[in-house]
Amino acid sequence: MGVEMVERARVGKAPKRGTAYQREYSLCAVVFLLPMIFFLVVFVVWPILSSAQMSLFAWNGVSPTRQYVGFQNWSRLIGDRIFWSAFRNNLTVLVLSIVIQIPMGMALAVLVSNGGRWMVVFKTVCFLPMLMSSVAIGILFKYVYDPYFGVLTASLKAVGLSPLVRNWLGDPQIALYSVIAVVCWQFIPFYMILFEAGIAGIPVELHEAAIIDGATENQYFWHITLPLLWGTTRAAVSLALFGSLTYFDLVWVMTTGGPSGATELMATYMVKKAFLSTEVGYGSTVAFAMFLIVVLISGIAFFVTRRKESSPWSS
Amino acid sequence: MVIVKAFKKVMMFGFTTIWLLVAGVPFYFMAQSGFKGQFEFLAISVWALPKHPTLANFASLMKGSFFISFGNSLIVVILSVGIILLVSAMASFVFARMKFRFSSPLFSLVIAGLIVPIHITLIPVYLLTIRIGLYNSLWALIGPYVAFHIPITVFLLTEFMRTIPKELEDAARMDGCGPFRLFFTIILPLSKPGLATLAIYNAVFLWNEFIFAYILISSPERSTLPLAVVQYQGQYFSNIPAILALLTVSSLPLILIYVVMQERITKGMIMGALKG
Repeated sequence: MGVEMVERARVGKAPKRGTAYQREYSLCAVVFLLPMIFFLVVFVVWPILSSAQMSLFAWNGVSPTRQYVGFQNWSRLIGDRIFWSAFRNNLTVLVLSIVIQIPMGMALAVLVSNGGRWMVVFKTVCFLPMLMSSVAIGILFKYVYDPYFGVLTASLKAVGLSPLVRNWLGDPQIALYSVIAVVCWQFIPFYMILFEAGIAGIPVELHEAAIIDGATENQYFWHITLPLLWGTTRAAVSLALFGSLTYFDLVWVMTTGGPSGATELMATYMVKKAFLSTEVGYGSTVAFAMFLIVVLISGIAFFVTRRKESSPWSS
Repeated sequence: MVIVKAFKKVMMFGFTTIWLLVAGVPFYFMAQSGFKGQFEFLAISVWALPKHPTLANFASLMKGSFFISFGNSLIVVILSVGIILLVSAMASFVFARMKFRFSSPLFSLVIAGLIVPIHITLIPVYLLTIRIGLYNSLWALIGPYVAFHIPITVFLLTEFMRTIPKELEDAARMDGCGPFRLFFTIILPLSKPGLATLAIYNAVFLWNEFIFAYILISSPERSTLPLAVVQYQGQYFSNIPAILALLTVSSLPLILIYVVMQERITKGMIMGALKG
């Protein structure tokens, strides 16, 4: 019986019903899955449903009663200029993040991969932003951007470009771009590391063979490296996508969405509504709309870019 | 040909130098300004190293609540990562090694958690935390921290456990080893390399987590480090060198860990990214 049991286990079948081992087997599956299910239900699934329900109420979060208002919050959201301009800002962050961060990250990765041993130092310095919290980076750049004694202003003055000095975070025309620059500063090193790993995974023989066949380094990059990095690129794009749509920490400490909504994002608007102006009902509506947008966009990206490949642990 | 090559070298060198400056200058600014007095910071150029370096900023941080926040962060991160790994490892064992009817739909559902923005849960989790009396307690952070790191951890650990040879398991079963013992005495120890990588990956993220701490914790003595940084900045916004000193000190722990365990951290981040 023991042998048969092992054989069934080996081919991935459940053990025969009714045996003591089978009972222990099922018990184990249940006991081992329950803690995970508990956490996911209490902190993810239930909150999503609860937000959907709360989006139909008007409530300040404190009073014992909440008033059912049907789809009033939702029709307010459809006409809410601030929400849609926040959404547009998210899209701007998204597009610029993908267009700037990923090519820059790839360029740096190619450099680092071709460079000698001293590139290790370069890599280490580059990686530092990844280790700081977004809030620390945000506060640091508030001072880098300070129009009077910030580093950026001082640098521009030092090289004789003082006409270019702006009120980086105070001017609604450029505040969003100033913030995006910091986002790029924070994440380009990350994409560099990602692409570097991708490049390291390309067999050296390919390079040798291509060069022997008379390919130039440029041709090698465009025809060999780039296509082989396609998988990494797709992963990077979907990460940038999700990150840009849910961005919060850095903007919250740098501008809190200001000046006059110029850097408002869906997440900052939601937190403001729910926790600062205590419109919990409408805050839930904003949160749920954001949830739908993010799940829709990144869900599409996730399934489009999903691919079967070897285990990530094999590299 | 030689000229082209030389030109390329110069271009490469220029590009790396520029990026090194862009990446490094803010750090230089942060690290050295902390040693300036408030007056000196305004009086001399931001580039200049402090003429009269002072440790006053750091001393007042140490006397203040820095170590309390540091300790809070440490407790929350260690507890959360421990729970994440245990809960995920148990679930991954089931997904990787047992077959039952709802296995693959359940697995897909867990993975779908990767694209849920945390903001949808903020209000309900906040209300729940108040209702069960955990508001402004470090315990309040652990639930959401664990829940939002389960999907990626389960995903990667399941793949890891699938690489453990089945023969070991068969042998253990022959010897009458049940699934519980199998997990704790064979699968879990063999998963150590994967667990270690995931521990670091999760810890880096949780160490820097801000939004849940921001809505669930209100008093400075319960703050985690990122929250303390923001509170401190709100309180002493005019004393820039002191704030920069705090930023330096609060970033140091991870930077030191990175210097020691560079490989593991980058590996963890790459895997989390490619699969997440």
